[in-house]
Amino acid sequence: MLGYALRRLLGVVPTFLLIVAAAFFLMRAAPGGPFDAEQTLPPEIAANLQAAYGLDQPVVAQFGRYLAGLARGDLGPSFRMKDFTVAELIGRGLPVTLTIGAAALALAVLLGVPLGMLAALRRNGWVDHAVMSVALAGIAVPGFVVAPVLALVFGIRLGWLPVAGWESGSVRHMVLPVITLALPFVAYVARLTRGSLLEVLQSGYIRTARAKGLTERVVLGRHALKPTLLPVISFLGPAAAALLTGSLVVEQVFGLPGVGRYFVQGAINRDYTLVMGMVIFYAALILLLNLAVDLLYGWLDPRIRHE
Amino acid sequence: MSDGGLWSEAGRRLRTNRAAVVAGGVLVLLVLASLLAPVASRHAIDQVDWTLSPLASPPSLANGHWFGTDSNGRDLFVRVWSGTQVSLLVAVLATLVSLAIGVAWGATAGYLGGRVDDWMMRFVDVLYALPYMFFVIILTVVFGRSLWLIFLAIGAVGWLTMARIVRGQALALRQREFVAAAITLGLPAHRIIARHIVPNVLGTVVVYATLTVPQVILFESFLSFLGLGVQEPLTSLGRLVAEGALEMETAPWQLLVPSAVLALLLLCLNFLGDGLRDALDPRAD
Amino acid sequence: MTAAPLLSIRDLSVDFVTPRGRVQAVREVSLDVAPGECLAVVGESGSGKSQLFLACLGLLAARGVTRGSARYQGQELVGTATAALNAVRGTRIGMVFQDPMNALTPHLSIGRQLGEVLLDRGLASTVEAHERSLAALQGVGLGDAESRLRQYPHELSGGQRQRVAIAMALMTRPELLIADEPTTALDVTVQAQVLRVLRQARRDGLAMVLITHDLGVVAGIADRVAIMYGGRIVEIAPVRELFAAPAHPYAAALLEAVPRLSEASVGRLRSIEGQPPAPGEIVQGCAFAPRCPDVAEICRREVPSLRPAATRAVACHAPRIQPDLES
Repeated sequence: MLGYALRRLLGVVPTFLLIVAAAFFLMRAAPGGPFDAEQTLPPEIAANLQAAYGLDQPVVAQFGRYLAGLARGDLGPSFRMKDFTVAELIGRGLPVTLTIGAAALALAVLLGVPLGMLAALRRNGWVDHAVMSVALAGIAVPGFVVAPVLALVFGIRLGWLPVAGWESGSVRHMVLPVITLALPFVAYVARLTRGSLLEVLQSGYIRTARAKGLTERVVLGRHALKPTLLPVISFLGPAAAALLTGSLVVEQVFGLPGVGRYFVQGAINRDYTLVMGMVIFYAALILLLNLAVDLLYGWLDPRIRHE
Repeated sequence: MSDGGLWSEAGRRLRTNRAAVVAGGVLVLLVLASLLAPVASRHAIDQVDWTLSPLASPPSLANGHWFGTDSNGRDLFVRVWSGTQVSLLVAVLATLVSLAIGVAWGATAGYLGGRVDDWMMRFVDVLYALPYMFFVIILTVVFGRSLWLIFLAIGAVGWLTMARIVRGQALALRQREFVAAAITLGLPAHRIIARHIVPNVLGTVVVYATLTVPQVILFESFLSFLGLGVQEPLTSLGRLVAEGALEMETAPWQLLVPSAVLALLLLCLNFLGDGLRDALDPRAD
Repeated sequence: MTAAPLLSIRDLSVDFVTPRGRVQAVREVSLDVAPGECLAVVGESGSGKSQLFLACLGLLAARGVTRGSARYQGQELVGTATAALNAVRGTRIGMVFQDPMNALTPHLSIGRQLGEVLLDRGLASTVEAHERSLAALQGVGLGDAESRLRQYPHELSGGQRQRVAIAMALMTRPELLIADEPTTALDVTVQAQVLRVLRQARRDGLAMVLITHDLGVVAGIADRVAIMYGGRIVEIAPVRELFAAPAHPYAAALLEAVPRLSEASVGRLRSIEGQPPAPGEIVQGCAFAPRCPDVAEICRREVPSLRPAATRAVACHAPRIQPDLES
């Protein structure tokens, strides 16, 4: 298992370096950006940039410096917000984003898998059609439509939940954002699980299990469940990436001080270093999450481990 | 092509899928509305109706503002349908862009095979794993928010899946006799790809293009919602939803109407696309 | 037949509902399996031989509809709820399937899969189950049983997996084993090993239904053989009698088609002209009529009937020989 993990980790490194390089050189090409010679910048920012990037050195050396900085966890200073470094801003927003994201993912699996299995077991019945139609709606309707509408109904009209804002440790503030974020994923997981279970139930080994006289509960739980979950687990990797995208909207609409909000503000304000630094951070996060998913997959399916 | 039977069988299956048929019908209505309403209405999209007090007024048949007005007194009916027009236009053009890139990439990779194929598809895999949204946002930061950039950037969304599918088909086609014949005749690779591979993958491409359109609309609305997409004086459904969200306490219709239209549009496209895909899948019930 | 039969099938039919209409896989089959006997069921692909027994055990795919009766020691199996079926499945009737590569659950160890039949029902303690699993593996000729129990199915070859499947089916010491083409996917040397295992089990008193299309296997192990064609049984007879003098033209043709090493001149391989009816094809009269060398007018009109529960019977309007009208 360890060998498998190491091999996967090594595979991730080149991709990451590629992304860093792309971000770095893109930033240098930006008109009006920190490296645009035509620009006259306020002296404080110019000083920050000089210190951070060593602008008088050759490009390759600068890139090397940037990489070294990354290794230390230093993503450079924010272009617009003079007093903050990118790393500091990420550090502030991360707990919020991670909490919401993890909760949404958990909800997606805890709700989606049972729904999908139910739909598969009552195939072509009304339960199946109902679940699948609602699921399709959940996937089709975007978060930025659902979020304000939910805020309107539950926050303003019914007054049950706060419309926006964030209080550390407050569950009430988490409810609407997490539900909005989780909705398409619950739907996707339900559809995925249904298809997967239907396929698994056709397998020879399920027939063998039934022929052995095992109860249907054991057949489903012990023999069918793990193989059914495999595609769902694989999905978690891309799901994590999509969750980050979704958090951009959710944090905007509900006014959550998360990483996504800083990112969007940075994009609107053209805070180049912030945007670049965050992209690198996001990329690293996603690569790590994909790695974790790969490892989980290896644990679930002994065949993969033995490769 | 001798798959006449495949398509008519698929057509039959599609017609029995009630949800898809209804979705198709509603979609046609929406498209018609988006094309006709802005032309037929007597309001312009940025025309302020000063007779209203307050400027933002709810939907009413009496004053001619069927969807109400926004906080600047502009007729929401005409704005919503114009926005739909823009969204659809961007969607179609961007889908064409993603088609062009995806088909070219996939056909080349699948036809050439071997190491080239390996690297080309690995590139696709890497991009697939990362959130495209972020790269597009960077592009808007770096290069500004022109409409052309948006077409290109959004078009670049769907090409990954298209490339994968086309590559699979191209790999299979490579084995067929007419390709071997073309090679023997000494045709250069790019000719073979253009004349023989591409025309034969068009069928599948059309289906997946239909599935790409809602993705693209979503993408564009998303950007517009965040303020990074379509800029004034044009408007799109995403922008309208964002503007409406700001006013939802006092003027909920500003949020609900464009939301409903956008949701309906996406739902129809998805149900229809789903139906198409099921109809062409021989394994379906 | 003097003792009461273990398995008694009467007028069993299996239909599949497809978008294009009903497909009849098995048409009104009746037969008995006596305790301790080995009945071979022979037929081409599509003859319905597998579906027949899958239907008895309630293992048909979702679109299958079973009509008729199948009684195991008096207890009706067709249409019974899963819970009641499970009292019989796995404990008193074991089943082994055709494709060993997919027959075992990939993520459970061999030991787990062997043991669960006993442990789930409380038929043995953990220690006993372990002992019996070891013995079962050794019984099918798999060496190094201790480490085998910890292995996963993908670490075993096809032949080894099939033997595990047989061991698994025999764990509860059932009275009847239904083996659906247990050796078809295996190469010849492994076939021999598997047959040896089955013969040993028979010596211990196990009754067996062996579904196969290989007449060589039939000769080696079966007591009686039933020949199926187009979803029906066309002839049923003790093995020796069938091989010596087949009554049904199809049975006769099958035997003639088997290449023999002893033939002095090697001419063309004899095959049967034509094709069996496709599953679902509506057949008027006898299904074999289009290909039968002895076909008569009545064959195209009336379906020939088979006397149920006979030791030897034939469903033919113009059989080669008349079977003895006994029992």
